[in-house]
Amino acid sequence: MKYVLMFVETEQFAKELAAMGELEQQAAYEAVGRWFAENTDKITHHTHLHPVHTATTVRLDQGDPVVTDGPFVEGKEVVSGFAEVEVADLDEALALARTWPACPIVEIRPAS
Amino acid sequence: MTASTGEPEGAQASQEALARVVREHAGRLAASLVSLLGDFSAAEDLVQDAIETALRRWPAEGVPERPDAWLFTVARRRGLDVLRRESNYRAKLAQLTWPQPTTRDDRLRLIFTCCHPALSRSAQIALTLRVVCGLSTAQIAAAFVVPETTVAQRITRAKRKIGEAGIPYRIPVEEELPERLGEVLAVIYLLFNEGYLSSTAERAQARDLVDDAEWLAALLANLMPKEPEVAGLLALIRLHRARGAARFDAEGRLVLLADQDRSLWDCQAIGEATALLMRTARAHHRPGPYQLQAAIVACHAEAKTFADTDWAQILVLYDMLLHQAPSPVTRLHRAIAVRYAMGVEAALAELMDLGDVLEGYPLFHATRAELLRDLGRQEEGRRAVERALELTANPAQQALLEQRLGWD
Repeated sequence: MKYVLMFVETEQFAKELAAMGELEQQAAYEAVGRWFAENTDKITHHTHLHPVHTATTVRLDQGDPVVTDGPFVEGKEVVSGFAEVEVADLDEALALARTWPACPIVEIRPAS
Repeated sequence: MTASTGEPEGAQASQEALARVVREHAGRLAASLVSLLGDFSAAEDLVQDAIETALRRWPAEGVPERPDAWLFTVARRRGLDVLRRESNYRAKLAQLTWPQPTTRDDRLRLIFTCCHPALSRSAQIALTLRVVCGLSTAQIAAAFVVPETTVAQRITRAKRKIGEAGIPYRIPVEEELPERLGEVLAVIYLLFNEGYLSSTAERAQARDLVDDAEWLAALLANLMPKEPEVAGLLALIRLHRARGAARFDAEGRLVLLADQDRSLWDCQAIGEATALLMRTARAHHRPGPYQLQAAIVACHAEAKTFADTDWAQILVLYDMLLHQAPSPVTRLHRAIAVRYAMGVEAALAELMDLGDVLEGYPLFHATRAELLRDLGRQEEGRRAVERALELTANPAQQALLEQRLGWD
């Protein structure tokens, strides 16, 4: 089955990451790189999103399209990236998510 | 899914007996049909239809000699009838004959799927009762005093999630087992608690969830003999049930442990459950939270009188329990043991820093009320009882608290 893992950052996590020294940050990025390398046989595609302050939202359900600055929901938790994986079932997707070394929340959705 | 049928008045007791026969067979049938069709939801619908047909027809026609074969035949026929579009399912069903080749008991897979952590707790509970225990939606709704449509929706949603999110139908692998077994035990324990706390004389007619919980724990203990916590939970449930007859007085009022007539306790059941617990402890040397809770209940159950209770031993067990599973409610229970082992003032001191977390928990205020009364602080005690009353919805507990408002 195909699933998308959505990596979700929290304010707390962003703060901690920003407060890290250069070496620490580098180690954190390396851990993420290793995770992708170790699971390369299951990951079919992945995307990293730029920070939420770069987001622009278009609403199409109120007459003319309305363009606004920012994400469609303001929240303390924001999606920072996606990985599309091909695994047997939800348990396998959960096992992958459990080993994710970075941001503290991962949402898993079946995809087609 | 079909709508529930109206049941004639007074048929409830025999319905209960029939439901027990169904329970012995429904889960097995569901397990084998899920394996066969590879579709949890479709298989479960067929079994549920067969159960509803049985509950409708058996009261008049009598329970068939082979209820399992009867349920199997009805489910199979129904499948051939309704699964017209799913021609591959029909082909699989058409090949099925009775008796089926007896392989291993597949109900363990069923239990783990129903209690998958990707399902909400209320969905896990409803699904386990329906799929593993063979309860109808109406029976589940009656047991939890919620509308039938609520239960039906919960089950439909859970079954859709199993199919669409790809929740597997299998026993978890070794690394996942501790966590996954924890989910299953939590579901059974909650079921037990729900039944145990809501059991009052008035509700004697309702489905006995305690019975279902014990049955599930026994089934699981049978299927997983190497897991000491399963045996621990089974012993815990049996130890509580063994004292059931003394929990209510003739007017249906709750009787506190200290005031219970211990001659009403089932000594044989207590002895057997305690022996199970000892055997398990000796064989595994892995005391977990359920074994420890059962050991605490065993200490109470083995005391001939309330004064004979070995409070020092109970305190040791609570400390072990808190070490493994810290919880404010467990600390509250420990404080009650402290009262008898070390004195009222010491117990009240234990409650001091629990006030914030347990402000909304009626038993906290009821316990505090008793300690305050023992210290002669009547007015504070009365206020604590009033607070406990505001917080509890359980009629038996309310009655007990109302009695105590009369203290002076």
